Amino acid sequence: MALHTLAVLVENSPGVLARVASLFSRRGYNIDSLAVGPTENPKVSRMTIVLNLEGHALDQVSAQLFKLVNVIGISEMKLSDSLQRELLLVKVPANPITKEIAAKFNAIISDESDGSMSLEAVGEKASIEGLLAALKPHGIRELVQSGLVALERGASTLADRTLTTMGTANESNPDNKTADYQN
Amino acid sequence: MTKVTGAQSLVNSLEAAGVDVMFGIPGGAILPAYDPIYDSKIRHILVRHEQGAGHAATGYAQATGRVGVCIATSGPGATNLVTPLADAQMDSVPIVAITGQVPGPAIGTDAFQEADIRGVTMPVTKHNYLITDPNDIPRAIAEAFHIASTGRPGAVLVDIAKDALQMETTFNYPKQVSLAGYNPVLEPKTQAISDAAALIAQSKKPVLYVGGGIIKANAAKELLLLAEITGAPVVTTLMARGAFPDSHPQHLGMPGMHGTVAAVTALQKADLLITLGARFDDRVTGKLSTFAPNAKVIHADIDPAEIGKNRHADVAIIGDLRNILIKLNPAVKAQFAKSAPDLTPWQNEVYTWRKNFPLGYDKPADGSISPQYVIERIGKISGPDTIFAAGVGQHQMWASQFIGYEKPRTWLNSGGLGTMGYAVPAAMGAKVGAPDTTVWAIDGDGCFQMTNQELVTCALNNIPIKVAIINNESLGMVRQWQTLFYNQRYSNTSLESKRIPDFKMLAEAMGCVGLRCDRPEDVDKTIEAAMAINDRPVVVDFSVFRDAMVWPMVAAGKSNDDITVVRSMAPVWDSQEL
Repeated sequence: MALHTLAVLVENSPGVLARVASLFSRRGYNIDSLAVGPTENPKVSRMTIVLNLEGHALDQVSAQLFKLVNVIGISEMKLSDSLQRELLLVKVPANPITKEIAAKFNAIISDESDGSMSLEAVGEKASIEGLLAALKPHGIRELVQSGLVALERGASTLADRTLTTMGTANESNPDNKTADYQN
Repeated sequence: MTKVTGAQSLVNSLEAAGVDVMFGIPGGAILPAYDPIYDSKIRHILVRHEQGAGHAATGYAQATGRVGVCIATSGPGATNLVTPLADAQMDSVPIVAITGQVPGPAIGTDAFQEADIRGVTMPVTKHNYLITDPNDIPRAIAEAFHIASTGRPGAVLVDIAKDALQMETTFNYPKQVSLAGYNPVLEPKTQAISDAAALIAQSKKPVLYVGGGIIKANAAKELLLLAEITGAPVVTTLMARGAFPDSHPQHLGMPGMHGTVAAVTALQKADLLITLGARFDDRVTGKLSTFAPNAKVIHADIDPAEIGKNRHADVAIIGDLRNILIKLNPAVKAQFAKSAPDLTPWQNEVYTWRKNFPLGYDKPADGSISPQYVIERIGKISGPDTIFAAGVGQHQMWASQFIGYEKPRTWLNSGGLGTMGYAVPAAMGAKVGAPDTTVWAIDGDGCFQMTNQELVTCALNNIPIKVAIINNESLGMVRQWQTLFYNQRYSNTSLESKRIPDFKMLAEAMGCVGLRCDRPEDVDKTIEAAMAINDRPVVVDFSVFRDAMVWPMVAAGKSNDDITVVRSMAPVWDSQEL
């Protein structure tokens, strides 16, 4: 598995999600998760796409994505340079063992009734997976997960770079992959 | 501001975009637009099938370099445009399609003649729009023309709900288009230019691998200069025929599946590919892992997504090809002034291949007409100012091989999508765009039967194109593959079109002159007779040898090293190092 996380700023226009999904589908890129929502700018939405890139170069995927007219900016979110979070809601039997696991993983008990409880956990992919692995032997009754969302660390923002700079990843040496595709 | 209907705003917008002609058919949802079209200075050509409108727009655009426009109604009218949109997009041809959509409140209800054409065409267009607010019409049209014609050109569809055409609005055409997510890079980076020039100066075996981008960028003159500065042999892909004169001593012809031995082999043996507006298509590379194994690659293209898509680029230059060459030419010249590589051994080698393995064909033993001969004679008699549009198949390959192309925009074909039926409507569009130029459609009997109804359009609208049907009564290319790879089992490739239909009568029924030729000695005079007719379309049914095949050939999926000159015969090489 070669997982990569892309933050993609798109125009908040009808059909934009379909365009992105259609592109990934027709070019055979596998989406591991996709989260989309509004941003500080009402004209712009932000997608966080986790890709499983077997046999495709990240730069090629970004270049194809950037060809979509509604895509404004793309940046790879590396685990080392970004905050990455997923949300998990999971329904498990309510007992001392599951409550202990919840406490250990900083999961919140958001609902409890009739011997069942719903846990809420926010974290990096690995910690969510850890929580699920710990809960599994005790009976996971139902779960729902959001796609991963990511925000880079530090003061720089993708939105600022996108709005203030011109030019795309246009290097004479394509091996020198630039992370950002901006207009 | 005076109030106008959305329909009037649409027509005003098209006029403001500089449209002089459009090809289309009215229907329910687009009907409001046809009322102001009635009064517009834009020439509307009423076609017989929407596919014809789309290919005509493409032919117009390829011949003129301007944006081609087609217009259709919702549902089936729009879905009939899907093939030409995909075709234009694959070949990077700037066209804009306008379609009517069912009224806004009816969208999503499976209304009569409703099709989600924005959804349908999303994967086959550069961009598309669904407009439900009449105030959005001018901006959408301006953006559509901007997107279609700039950067890597392509197909754009604007779908407009019927009620948006009927509602009142004000017409206000934007002076300039600004799109947050669309700013094609036109100027190459200086570093990329100097890196490329340095590689060129080091190369002992360079080849200029020229694609259709040179024609799109109107960079043929600059290409000629680069070729002459470097002395590098030139190959022109199917989309680039005419980008570099066939008569030029450095030209090796077309590379790829049916390319010349010299062009294919030069790429295989090169140490540097100077790739200009080409995309390493599978029909050029053959088995990719064995393509040009010793070559470094300079890849110049306006589309960053082409870099590294199929083949790694050692130096990538993003930008408009004309801008690139305007900078690259002096940079190479300066490098060569310091130290120019000696290309003589390489030139001698490739020109020997060209001399030893020229394109050729046999005279059929049964005395019938050789299809290659017909095409070659049309090329000779009509001359290099003619625009040729081909369908798809054997006749297309022969038209690419045996007509000499000297100028850009004289060779139109469906290269990427391979759309049978392209020739007649594309020739129609080209003739509308270049009315003073002779336009020949070189078509197959199979292709012709897909779209020939546009000859009615041509006859009624004074669009006197000439059509040569290369009639081998077969789906010839498919039959060739059956001959070579399916044990001569000719499953469903016999069209019997020397018997039915009677193409001469069919042509005459459509208001054209119909001619027939079935003896080699009549070929020239038949072509001359067709050349003499300029007041009507002419269709010539050339009855040709059925078993002629396209050679050379690299079988699909095979390495270009395995090129065969004729059946089961690989080139006999003189040179030891091959």
